Amino acid sequence: MFTELNSILNTNPDSITPGEFILISDRQSDASFLIHHFLSFYLKARCKVCFLGLVQSFNHYHAVSQRLGVSLLQAKEKGQLVFLEGLSESLSVLIPQEDNAGSQAMDFLRDPAAGLKSLYEFVRSSLNSPDGAEDWGPPVLLVDDLSVLLSLGVSVGAVLDFSHYCRATVCSQLKGSMVMLTRCEGEEEEDEGDDEGSERLLKGLTHQCSLTLHVQGLPTGYCREIHGQVEVCWRRRPVAGQYTPKKLFQYKVHDKGASFFAPGTSSAVL
Amino acid sequence: MAASKSGVSKPAVTSFQKKTRSKLISISGTRPSVQNGQLLVSTGVTSLDYLLGGGLAVGTVLLIEEDRYDSYSRTILKYFLAEGVVCRHELFVASAQDNPDDILQELPSPILDDVAIHKPAEQPRLPSDPPDSLDAMKIAWRYQNLPKVQTALASSSRFGHYYDVSKTMEPEIRQAAKCHRFYLPEHPTQSSPTHSTMLKSYSALLKSLQEVINREGFDLTTPMSNSRNILRVGLHSLGSALWGDDLCCRDNPRNGHALATFLYGLRALLRSSLSVAVVTVPSHLIQDRALMGSITRLCDNAIALESFKGSERETNPLYKDYHGLLHVRQIPQLNCLASKLPDHKDLAFKLKRKQFTIERLHLPPDLSETVSRVSRGELAGAPTAASACGTGTSGNKHLDF
Repeated sequence: MFTELNSILNTNPDSITPGEFILISDRQSDASFLIHHFLSFYLKARCKVCFLGLVQSFNHYHAVSQRLGVSLLQAKEKGQLVFLEGLSESLSVLIPQEDNAGSQAMDFLRDPAAGLKSLYEFVRSSLNSPDGAEDWGPPVLLVDDLSVLLSLGVSVGAVLDFSHYCRATVCSQLKGSMVMLTRCEGEEEEDEGDDEGSERLLKGLTHQCSLTLHVQGLPTGYCREIHGQVEVCWRRRPVAGQYTPKKLFQYKVHDKGASFFAPGTSSAVL
Repeated sequence: MAASKSGVSKPAVTSFQKKTRSKLISISGTRPSVQNGQLLVSTGVTSLDYLLGGGLAVGTVLLIEEDRYDSYSRTILKYFLAEGVVCRHELFVASAQDNPDDILQELPSPILDDVAIHKPAEQPRLPSDPPDSLDAMKIAWRYQNLPKVQTALASSSRFGHYYDVSKTMEPEIRQAAKCHRFYLPEHPTQSSPTHSTMLKSYSALLKSLQEVINREGFDLTTPMSNSRNILRVGLHSLGSALWGDDLCCRDNPRNGHALATFLYGLRALLRSSLSVAVVTVPSHLIQDRALMGSITRLCDNAIALESFKGSERETNPLYKDYHGLLHVRQIPQLNCLASKLPDHKDLAFKLKRKQFTIERLHLPPDLSETVSRVSRGELAGAPTAASACGTGTSGNKHLDF
């Protein structure tokens, strides 16, 4: 959890806004540090979290979260966290065995044209389940990342359907929140008419979400001291009376956190 | 310390004990990363290890985007396999084009007494060698004792071995290593109902790799035995037409997701086992940049080689010291938040007489009489321009202050 980002977004783990859909996107940069932020943020806020980790192993998320002061293993044991490890689940589908006892959540790998219904069912059942053992806060769904689904052959429409269903269930029905990461490739302006998959996905998701965090590399090129810039853009919600839809920050990722600063005010420059 | 050593005769019990983590497994040819404790293996190219943050982390994939003639990418692949032979790791070589045995026969010969390699006198001198002429140059005495600027990337501690690419490895050393081969034309393609997005060739390869991992005990879930070893996986030219893939042949490939799905499965396999993979892909044949981007994302490390062979840069005097450019596409974040980005992004490689090195790209010193720097574009037609500028000073060659 990065406290600087909390103050930028005007949130803290004690008072979270229900019904938020936060979209994290990146282009020529890596926004996965924000996923780790939101994972530790919602776990500290005592929310019931469902995490779809499609690109990395559980050990990776666990190791990073430990640096941020949260233990995923403990959260999993307590029932606060439901973790879908896409990599290990996928193996039983990709290499068919005799005793096929994998979970149904990764069924889209078998036939990508069928859509993500099974994955949605997994999300719904894991967030809906009345465990009753302990009373957790509002449910939260985190996805890392959606664009890998496109690489695996799922169509853009199916991914957008999935996010829409999740939003209806998690944000509206259960009064929870959602954080999704999607990654784009290449320049923004190139291939104007070409409706490339990840671009269309980004547009569709931007339309659905309530807050976007768009991470980019520096327009002036690679720099060691500044890793990139984040564009924070609120939709629908005017902040504290005045209408400030967009903010731009530069960031640097450290070992145990990240610092955000106004453009041009890096400690390396001043 | 000396006093206590002489006085005490019983087995030394000191409070200073080497702190060892029992969690880390000690396997030959590996070392833990300074940054995040990952187990690293060497790629065989010392400067590449440095670039990747000390080495390749076990459980990850290194993607090499091939140069146009696949000569340098193949060299790196051979280095990677040769390092495995020397460290007594097991190998898994898969190819659709050349027989894996042929690749293994071309492995470079290791230089096992590595002290000799540092002696500059060992290398035969060329009369046209530019550093030699630089050495002879008289410079002010106060600069003479300054250390030479090191352009080749290297870390302070040594890891991995040096190889002589001009010789091939002796068969005795090579045959000592246990090697699993996957040669697509000889591999029986099963007609089992696999799912639609992955090609038969890829799923056969994935299945064969999983069998090796399970049979030879590289799986991390199996109970810990005493002798653990690393499996080095080398996959040559994935995505080429010989694998039955049409990524390279068409603008809108029918099975565009096949390679990405395979790499996803490969990542899943490697993350749960003690193995590490190097994959080469002929990316210059793939038209769709977005597709290549998603392939890169599904690998961990990604570098691209761009050789000067056959391009106009080959004859450009700016690049005369190098054989090509090396682009770092991606450095992974493993078990940590921040990835270790390289200090420098302008990198070039060269294949010296015996060794493949990666260096920081820098312009050669301008030793012409006109000191004004000529831009790259003008270089081709430079003689006329230079002489025009130099007319003023052509009378006296030596500068006088």
